Amino acid sequence: MNEVSFVRTEMLEQEAPPASTVGVIGWLRANLFSNALNSVLTIIALFSVFSLLYGFLPWAYSPTWAAASLSECRDILHSLGREGHFSGACWGVVRDRWVQLLFGFYPSEHYWRPVLAFFLTFAALAPVLFAEKTPAKMIWVSVLYPFVMPWLLWGGTVWTPVVALLGFVVGIYVYRTVTAAMGSLFGLIAAVVAAAIWWLFIASSVSSGLAGILELAMEPVSSRQFGGLMLSLTIGIVAIGFSLPLGIVLALGRQSDLLIVKALCVGFIEFIRGVPLITLLFVASTLLNIFMPPGTNFDIIMRVIIMATLFSSAYMAEVIRGGLAALPKGQYEGGDSLGLNYWQAQRLIIMPQALKISIPGIVSNFIGLFKDTTLVSVIGLLDPLGLSTAIRANAEWNGVVWELYGFIALLFFVFCFSMARYSMYLERKLQTGHK
Amino acid sequence: MTTLTEPPKETFRLSMLIYDTRYRSLTIQVVALIGFLVLIGWLINNTMTNLETLGKEPNFRFLWEPAGYDINQRLLDYTSQSPHIRAAVIGVLNTLVIAVMGCITATIIGVIVGVLRLSKNWIVSRLMAVYVETFRNVPVLLWIVFTMAILIETLPAPRAFRGDNATASMLLDNSVAITNRGVYIPEPLFSRGLGDIPVFWGTFEISLDLMAVIAVLIAGFYASKRIRMRADSIQEATGERPTVWYQRIAAVVVPLGVLLYALGFYLGYPELKGFNFTGGTYLRNSLIALWLALSLYTAAFIAEIVRAGILAVSHGQTEAAAALGIRPNRIMRLVVLPQAMRVIIPPLISNYLNLTKNSSLAIAVGYMDITGTLMGITLNQTGRELETVLLGMLIYLTISLSISTVMNWYNNRLKLVER
Repeated sequence: MNEVSFVRTEMLEQEAPPASTVGVIGWLRANLFSNALNSVLTIIALFSVFSLLYGFLPWAYSPTWAAASLSECRDILHSLGREGHFSGACWGVVRDRWVQLLFGFYPSEHYWRPVLAFFLTFAALAPVLFAEKTPAKMIWVSVLYPFVMPWLLWGGTVWTPVVALLGFVVGIYVYRTVTAAMGSLFGLIAAVVAAAIWWLFIASSVSSGLAGILELAMEPVSSRQFGGLMLSLTIGIVAIGFSLPLGIVLALGRQSDLLIVKALCVGFIEFIRGVPLITLLFVASTLLNIFMPPGTNFDIIMRVIIMATLFSSAYMAEVIRGGLAALPKGQYEGGDSLGLNYWQAQRLIIMPQALKISIPGIVSNFIGLFKDTTLVSVIGLLDPLGLSTAIRANAEWNGVVWELYGFIALLFFVFCFSMARYSMYLERKLQTGHK
Repeated sequence: MTTLTEPPKETFRLSMLIYDTRYRSLTIQVVALIGFLVLIGWLINNTMTNLETLGKEPNFRFLWEPAGYDINQRLLDYTSQSPHIRAAVIGVLNTLVIAVMGCITATIIGVIVGVLRLSKNWIVSRLMAVYVETFRNVPVLLWIVFTMAILIETLPAPRAFRGDNATASMLLDNSVAITNRGVYIPEPLFSRGLGDIPVFWGTFEISLDLMAVIAVLIAGFYASKRIRMRADSIQEATGERPTVWYQRIAAVVVPLGVLLYALGFYLGYPELKGFNFTGGTYLRNSLIALWLALSLYTAAFIAEIVRAGILAVSHGQTEAAAALGIRPNRIMRLVVLPQAMRVIIPPLISNYLNLTKNSSLAIAVGYMDITGTLMGITLNQTGRELETVLLGMLIYLTISLSISTVMNWYNNRLKLVER
């Protein structure tokens, strides 16, 4: 046998990869300096980041936390030998006014109420947000939340929300009895009429009667005292909560075959989407009282919430219409072939899927509305931006600009950014298709 | 033998309106219509009663009364003696100016940022992500007042330009002055101008020079397009593409240059006189702040749209184009972008609409758009909230619907022709 082999029989040692493709240098070459254009871009980017930080950091590092007025800030900076317009930030204004920026003029001994309402919001949303991780009983928190939240914020007797809730109970009871006797359509009509009668004519006397027997009241807080981020959140949450059902109805109306219903819905949606929110707020502040029967006078925050609800319901309708349109036709046909009628098919087959698809859109709608609540400062409400004008008009803080705006921007950023991240997480979780 | 029974003759019963699906939809619609009309009637009735109590009779005659206030940024002649309607028209024009300027810059910035965010360069893409997230997650009103504050607080006052030891200087060969009151740029003037012609019975004057320039530009672009089409057809026929880019540029530039020379075109530079600048075109702070803030804010949204659009084009398209031997920049221009555009255009339309509607926040910085004039000062002076707010809404609705009509027409032209 010939022992000569032409193939290497032993393994060679593995060679280290070339130094220019691994480690820091490799990463730099691949990601920052892969070609001439990229290198130029990198240098420009680094330079702009550097110059931004070079201007910002020395200004932001300023031991003025304890100052009680702008002149005190200047004194502190002066004693440190820092002179000039941009020598240092005046953080005292944030320490002095952050509570006001959060709560407005809400009485300080009652701060726990908006805070509790805020955390209850999460509890109420939990069945929607983290559906699989929450116990089924939590849905009761969501059901009761719309009645508890206004009571916590505005105070007054507990019987008002209870009686309002009873209206629904009356409605459901009437629906059950009438449906058993005369069919579901009459049941529905009778239920709506009964609930409306309850709310319009009976509720107020019942609640005042009950309050006479047993008061059970929290100190009422008037809407004028609402302000700051709390006001933005209240308007945002209430408006989005009401606009969801309204939006569903409008979206179904827009998709419907009924010509007049469709025309009404399209007209409403396009009208609202065609005008800026600020004009609707003008309507709220100047016109809404003219549109109502003489003598009606409900407070400005209610009026703003009504207009914000109408505004966001038009956008919500478009989001949900998108969800409805995204469903394959087979789903509708499947519902029909099972013999379900329109509402059964909507409730059992269409809406659960359509809403699931549109959750990211709904969340971004909410972010938009939440940001837009700053517009109420234009009609004189004291949201964070309106408060900032008031604070700057104050003799102590006259001249403070960046610290206030920066703090408000940070407040909004934290909320909006976390909601946006959540919506992205949801989008990934709900993504069942293939790309 | 078979007995033929007549099918039971259908008689109309009232209950069929509800239980028969043929009539039920009719019933629902009639009920909805009646409900709607009742609601409208109720609202109108309330309004009439309330206005009567207030002693106001709704009419639009106040629009022809003298306005009595000044508008500092305007495209048309206006004095405080002009009627309210003229103030409103100037407001509409200001809204349109800010909308057009904003849409253009927002698109440019948005496309650049969107493309850069997809860049392989780590730091650039991160920087763009930071930009997008910062601007998207902070209210636009805050950005507007913030930009206004930056302009007022950081830029030099006009008096800083004065004297021998001036602390600030004009840019671009003494032609542009950036001050904390606004920006002064050179204005185009004509020494042999054609003058103005009055239109609409003398209410407005339109500059003939401007008209002539626009006409020549349109003609130039049309000629340029014809040259391109001819080059295309030559390429189709022979496979060789003639070099026409210089002809296309010349078709636009040469006639324009001749026209400008004929009209005696020159630039009027701003000059410092006393405490302020005179001459030149004056762009107020409020305009600049609103324009910058709206562009940067909307650009963040457009950047995301552009990014999503480019990502939506399947990678196979790029690879197939590369396999055909098309060069990278042509792949972008001929293969990727046309397909990405289909994804980009519809959300882009709604962002243009948003920008136009957000321009109503001008009221926060005192820029006199339609919200500031008609729904602002005119409302406060005349106390006619119903007429002014409804008219203002109608104007915004008209603007929005026109934008969406035009953009939808463009979208339909681009759309993939399906079965």
